[in-house]
Amino acid sequence: MTAQSLSNPASDLKVAATDPDPRDRGGPQQPMLLVQDLKKHFPIKGGLLGRAHAHVRAVDGISFDVRKGETLGIVGESGCGKSTAARLLIRLIEPDAGSVILDGEPVALGMGLTVREMRRQMQMVFQDSYASLNPRLTIEDSITFGLKANGFSKVESAMRARSMLRLVGLVPEMFAQRYPHELSGGQRQRVNIARALALGPRVLILDEAVSALDKSVEAQVLNLLQDLKQRLQLTYIFISHDLNVVQYISDRVLVMYLGKVIEIGPVDRIYSSPLHPYTRGLLSSRLSMDPRKRVAKAPLSGDPPNPIDPPSGCRFRTRCPITETVCAQREPQASTASEGHSVACHAHTPGSGHSLAAARA
Amino acid sequence: MQERAVQTRTITQTTPLVDVENLAVRFVSRDLDISVVNGVTFQLHQGQVLCLLGESGSGKSVTMRALMRLFPPTARIGGRINIDGIDIPALPESGLRKIRGRLISMVFQEPMTAFDPVFTIGSQIAESVSYHDGVSFRDGHKRALELLELVQVPSAKRRLDAYPHELSGGLRQRAMIALALACRPKLLLADEPTTALDATVQIQILLLLRELQSELGMATIFVTHDLGVACEVADNVAVMYAGRFVESGTVADVMDSPKHPYTEGLLRSTVHAGTRGERLDPIPGAPPDLAELPPGCAFAPRCSYVQPVCLEGQPANVDVGGKHMARCIRAASAGAANALAG
Amino acid sequence: MTAATTIDEPGAVAAVGKRPRSRSFWQTVGRRISRDPVTIVCAIILLIIVLLAIFAPWIAPYDPYRTSMARRLLPVGDHRHWLGTDELGRDLLTRLIYGGRMSLFMGFMPVVLATVIGGMLGVIAGYAGGAINMAIMRVIDVFYAFPSVLLAVAISGVLGAGIVNSLVSLTLVFIPPVSRVAESVTTQIRNQDYVEAARATGASAWRIVFGHVLSNVTGPILIYASSLISVSIVIASGLSFLGLGIVPPEAEWGLMLNTLRQSIYVAPVNAILPGVMIFVTSMCSNMISDGLRSAMDVKV
Repeated sequence: MTAQSLSNPASDLKVAATDPDPRDRGGPQQPMLLVQDLKKHFPIKGGLLGRAHAHVRAVDGISFDVRKGETLGIVGESGCGKSTAARLLIRLIEPDAGSVILDGEPVALGMGLTVREMRRQMQMVFQDSYASLNPRLTIEDSITFGLKANGFSKVESAMRARSMLRLVGLVPEMFAQRYPHELSGGQRQRVNIARALALGPRVLILDEAVSALDKSVEAQVLNLLQDLKQRLQLTYIFISHDLNVVQYISDRVLVMYLGKVIEIGPVDRIYSSPLHPYTRGLLSSRLSMDPRKRVAKAPLSGDPPNPIDPPSGCRFRTRCPITETVCAQREPQASTASEGHSVACHAHTPGSGHSLAAARA
Repeated sequence: MQERAVQTRTITQTTPLVDVENLAVRFVSRDLDISVVNGVTFQLHQGQVLCLLGESGSGKSVTMRALMRLFPPTARIGGRINIDGIDIPALPESGLRKIRGRLISMVFQEPMTAFDPVFTIGSQIAESVSYHDGVSFRDGHKRALELLELVQVPSAKRRLDAYPHELSGGLRQRAMIALALACRPKLLLADEPTTALDATVQIQILLLLRELQSELGMATIFVTHDLGVACEVADNVAVMYAGRFVESGTVADVMDSPKHPYTEGLLRSTVHAGTRGERLDPIPGAPPDLAELPPGCAFAPRCSYVQPVCLEGQPANVDVGGKHMARCIRAASAGAANALAG
Repeated sequence: MTAATTIDEPGAVAAVGKRPRSRSFWQTVGRRISRDPVTIVCAIILLIIVLLAIFAPWIAPYDPYRTSMARRLLPVGDHRHWLGTDELGRDLLTRLIYGGRMSLFMGFMPVVLATVIGGMLGVIAGYAGGAINMAIMRVIDVFYAFPSVLLAVAISGVLGAGIVNSLVSLTLVFIPPVSRVAESVTTQIRNQDYVEAARATGASAWRIVFGHVLSNVTGPILIYASSLISVSIVIASGLSFLGLGIVPPEAEWGLMLNTLRQSIYVAPVNAILPGVMIFVTSMCSNMISDGLRSAMDVKV
């Protein structure tokens, strides 16, 4: 699926170069990222000897693919593991199990790409725009840091930093020598995007990158992200808890719950006819923009549970309106509901034993 | 989403519970002197819900905290604040302590930091009850249990003995609401109470607040930056920018036909289902630096309808019909047209 | 990557109209200090004491070692000896000025050395974490367990009296607290998003420490170290008082306090003068440390 072409009224914007990226190996058919069975359990240490007596199963075996040039939205609530997943992809945290394959090349598995090489192709923008920048460094220094660490000379780094600033809409003469506290939240986030793009990555992971911004500024940054994606032929992984923003920007959406992928599919399908009961509940929890059509009843009760001791079988069964005995016995596997749309729920898996499943067989 | 008509509230009293006129708040210290609230006037009756809507730096939180004078010592308050007949700026510290928690109560954004981590939830609620109502601690504990059940905390008895960090985010927020309601306040202030919560929990808490508010009949003021929150809970909404109300009215009026360019821009910038596939049309620029406000309309630098007269002085707050007010010269001409017509 | 066109977000750039001079963190600190009268006065006093000590040979009226039994314990205000004389007839003003050299040296040097060494150890321990952290910090904890004065006395006792030994002893005493502060600040900084972002660019640990950690760590370490100066002066004087530091006939305030002690009933004012100098110097450096702390408490 190619990136959705957006109507672009800004006619003064030059069209993105259509020459293929020299680093591209497998062509458009090959997924940009192939994640297989990624796991991360954090030990909880206690007792006299500090032994681990329990684990936080933050990410418990997730598998998905990211296609070239698309925006994959990842949604989920606290404890679902989406932020941990992002850090696993970029290897800020070491996974316990599983593999990540970037454009056909495995990462950090002996052969293939080293972590350093992977980071030339994949970068991340963090949520807190202020904490992401060293308060003691100027904007230019913050951007050139990464460049110099990767072998660019001082002069080259400075030039590239300035062109990055221009790319995100900040005039270098005005911003390069400033300090983070002199910038507004939106400007800081632009700087963070500039820094992430400085190394020329092909994939950008945006971990709640617009969540902390005011609405008017958020809209500006979303526009910027769309423009950059077109111009630089980027692939985005957009993590957010804001369902509306994810719907706006994504091509496909992945829903996580308690360390697992429970549904993935094209954005229109997921939002118009979600299959998994959690996805349904999540989407119905969105606030109404019409004061005459208020939500009458909360679709889901209780809080998202703790990933330390997930329920047996299907993790969602404790809050699920259609839970049955089979849900406690076996963990549902991802099953394809339609083209590109798969869901991990017994009720949608033919022959699972769930009373609703037989009807769908 | 099910349809549900907004209930009209019968106003039982004619004198408003909250009467604020020309509220101004400045922060003065060695390094700074900023005017954060620049002349806010509104009234609130018993049983009504008002939402203060605005982005960061709009002065919404400060306006609300002024009602309880919950400020650092660097704050200077001007103007008149009258709650239930009491003149708030004139109250001495001891008087303030009596009304905080009793007449007026507040629900904060971050329940983890609003609770003392070394005491159980039950004892903190009981403490508030016994201080204000003068009853024994044991009676306070009983009331705490009632309150936890009122806010629909499951296994309430067990949770009384829980420490704040042992509860999940949603339960903590419910406990905070219980604490706020402990002494049956007439006015409830809520400072972004659901911003830190997940979507499925947010809707639960908002519905709970709505239920409790209509059951107990309190006047409520919400501060939020989220239009969705305003639509879900408010009767009236006031949009704030640079320390002033730029538009106010019933939530239906303001959402359906915004009269101020900022409100329009805010509605346009809010991402929702219908915007997919289109380039967003955001408000250009950034919220202003409160230390250096321009002499005229504070929104003028970002306004697409700006005219020379906007830069000269503050536009008047104009009634465009049915208590829908907007501080814009365009609204003035529309209002005048309305007045002429009818 | 060429910077061909600018993505033009109308108003996003225009909103930042004027371009005032950007102040770096240290410039802001300097500016705030310059507005703090207490800190400035204390700094001036300290500076005067330091200058007097440096230029002692040119300023002091007499020879600090020349004794005169005839002119013992002359009172303060004597027309030839403004601050009187000590029990061996040496001019007190001269001895105090010369004594400043030793006392200030023993006040500053150990702190400077301890800051460098302790700071390095703390930053390494804080950034590395894990086993390295444990190895360094547990050894430090052993030293930290001893009260500083006792530790200084014990080490001096082992090494013997003298300037160098006192220097070593005091430096060893101050390394643990400085490294503790450095380690805890570094650990906090290490968890910040900007350090994670730096790691994500593939930078090596050394580069991150020098590029990001140090710039944020020096502030708190400086504040803490400056508060140690007064402690160092007092302990050094204490060591001399006990006969473990500077030995006679050198002039040093603590030593002078010791020898003048016996004359306290006869010439009390003379006897407390060295103590006054210790007090003033300690107070001033503490006030400067406080001033530095509030200046660094920049709300950005």
